[in-house]
Amino acid sequence: MIYLDNAATTEPCAESVKACSEYFREFGNPSSLHEMGVSAANAVAAARKSIATALKADVNEIYFTSCATESNNTAIFGAAKKFGKRKKTIVTSAVEHPSVKEPLKELEKQGFNVVRIMPKDGVFYAEDFVNAVDDDTFLVTCMYCNNELGTVLPVEQIFKAVKHKNKQILTHCDIVQGFMKYPIKVKTLGADMLSMSAHKVNAFKGIGALYINSSVHIPSLIFGGGQERGFRSGTESVPLIASFGAAVDKLAPTISRRFEQVGILADLLRNEIAALPDSRINSPENGSPYIVSFSLKGYRSEILLHKLEEREIYVSSGSACSKGKKSSVLTAFGIPDEYADSTLRVSLSAENTREDILSLVSALKDAQKELLKSN
Amino acid sequence: MMKEIFLCKYGEIALKGLNKSTFESVMVKNVKRRLRRLGSFDYWRAQSTLYVYPLDAEIDMDDVMDELKRVFGIAKICRSLEVEKSMESILSDTTLDYLAEALDDASTFKVEAKRADKKFPYKSPEICASLGGKILERFPHLSVDVHEPDITVTVEIREKYAFVNALRIDGAGGLPIGTSGRGMLLLSGGIDSPVAGYMMAKRGVQIQAIHFEAPPYTSERARMKVEKLAEEIALYCGDIAFHCVPFTDIQVAIKENCPEELFTIIMRRLMMEIAQRICEKENCSCLITGESMGQVASQTMGAIVCTDAACRIPVFRPCIGLDKSEIVKIARDINTFDTSILPYEDCCTVFTPKHPKTRPIPADVEKAQNSFDFEPMIAEAVVKTVFKIFRCGENTVNI
Repeated sequence: MIYLDNAATTEPCAESVKACSEYFREFGNPSSLHEMGVSAANAVAAARKSIATALKADVNEIYFTSCATESNNTAIFGAAKKFGKRKKTIVTSAVEHPSVKEPLKELEKQGFNVVRIMPKDGVFYAEDFVNAVDDDTFLVTCMYCNNELGTVLPVEQIFKAVKHKNKQILTHCDIVQGFMKYPIKVKTLGADMLSMSAHKVNAFKGIGALYINSSVHIPSLIFGGGQERGFRSGTESVPLIASFGAAVDKLAPTISRRFEQVGILADLLRNEIAALPDSRINSPENGSPYIVSFSLKGYRSEILLHKLEEREIYVSSGSACSKGKKSSVLTAFGIPDEYADSTLRVSLSAENTREDILSLVSALKDAQKELLKSN
Repeated sequence: MMKEIFLCKYGEIALKGLNKSTFESVMVKNVKRRLRRLGSFDYWRAQSTLYVYPLDAEIDMDDVMDELKRVFGIAKICRSLEVEKSMESILSDTTLDYLAEALDDASTFKVEAKRADKKFPYKSPEICASLGGKILERFPHLSVDVHEPDITVTVEIREKYAFVNALRIDGAGGLPIGTSGRGMLLLSGGIDSPVAGYMMAKRGVQIQAIHFEAPPYTSERARMKVEKLAEEIALYCGDIAFHCVPFTDIQVAIKENCPEELFTIIMRRLMMEIAQRICEKENCSCLITGESMGQVASQTMGAIVCTDAACRIPVFRPCIGLDKSEIVKIARDINTFDTSILPYEDCCTVFTPKHPKTRPIPADVEKAQNSFDFEPMIAEAVVKTVFKIFRCGENTVNI
């Protein structure tokens, strides 16, 4: 099996599996006062510490959630709840993940005003965001790295300039595709809120985290037993939280080494793809090396995907779809229609090898030989 | 202990003449086959009504209702309370409690009485008046309206028992499956073909389905989607025999040997040819498609003429006169819509020409098709066709 769909999900590492299984057996509730509860509470605290350390944040600024979708929803609806009576405008990019895009659409229905910044020739400029910000703006939410193309947005410049213009405006960043891939520090980024997911960093599905700057108060959306310091009630999933912590412990020290390693693979892949007939690299040159999106004109994504699947090579179809539902992200980035239909997304991890890339390329060459072009 | 029973009123069957009992027995057989899963029942027929009498206390009456609602041939279903054949029982609290569900939310009502047993000592108007009086006493918020009541309470005096009901639900209508022969449905995975299958089944046709797949251009998921659709319409159509034809080689051959603008029309003709050969094997006497006049290039009058020229048996297109919105409405009603819109590539979309001929000339099409010898490929496709059966009410495909 050659797994090249790491932006969708990643293989849990041995450390996270071990941490998880330990707390499958030790089943105490962190809120219990007895010994078993204390042990569970310690596991949760340790994981919180790992994530806080990785982000150079305080442990009290990390809240566990069920997934990044919940983190994004909490950040956005929480900010709207806080400011909604006085201010109505949110500034965002036009290429957000659905877990940001859809909550914003929902807020629009409730009378909020959403300004979506488009890239110019595939590039985002901080001044476009800043210019869109006015007295009515209370939130700027912008992803760190786009999940379809790997485009890295100038979040740091955007947030700093926004804060410079108006300190009151909240900044939120969905760092799912950047966490543990870039050395993201909360202070440097200037973010009030960050959303993360565990299963994108070699831990398990069902757990995510939200960072909230301690100087910011976000009203909570879920009420109950007062877990997560009253912000996000619900009994903690100790095994999953432990897995998240273990994975972050493992990945945090190797960010730059892995970045370099994956960069070499990405360059190789880009060069090989560029040499194929009718090909087009959709990802920008300076994007994340972890994501390489490309198109082979005339071959529909889904067909190529299944052709690769025959050789146990797993990639993603880049969210494009032939049945009239084109990816709005690809359109926003200006990918021409005839290429958008045949987009494949390869997303790498440090576990991938040169051979993986070469097998993929040779499978694509064979597919181009064997398959007839669609119209 | 309240005893409930279902009264299934026949639709069109009631109007049949000397062959009525043939239709009736097919319908009863269909009902029995469906309800077997749910427990044991007694059945009897009288006066164009099928009585379904649950024998186990554990039977979930809502499940029974759901099944009955999908049996073609039944026009109305009444869930009724069985009471002793005496005036006291009919007017008892048990009866009024039973009617409360329907009457609580209504504002007007009337009572109708039917005396199948004319020996019953009270006449219909007397029964109506007494029960109506009782109801008014118990539900003071109601008033009587004999012309347009919200709820009609019906009392039926039958041979052994009396039945009281207030809720009558529309059945599926149509004719019992199997009374109109067998047909082969071309099931693509779109919105229209499952609806076409449903509509023909409603007229009593026993449906089989045929699907053409073109791996690697179409995926496992695309086939599963179609199988799921077959399973979904099986809830109405009864067990469905499903034939999956490997079609890749033929599509590639058309693409390589025939003019691009005729690709779809020749593909349709070859599909029809293969479907007819499977029909011969399976004793199906017609083909059924989801085509709607003018919807796409292959469904224009000209294209349909060209397609039908390749057919030796009738092709029924029950959606032909429906707008897309009307087809979608039926698809939603029969619960196939959500599956139909799953976004997988299907064999009809992969090689769609940019500019298909909307007015193909039959002679041209025939000439183009005859320029290549498709016969060996057709024969091979028929041989390699995979057969499966989807049983009504069994959930096997997960997608």
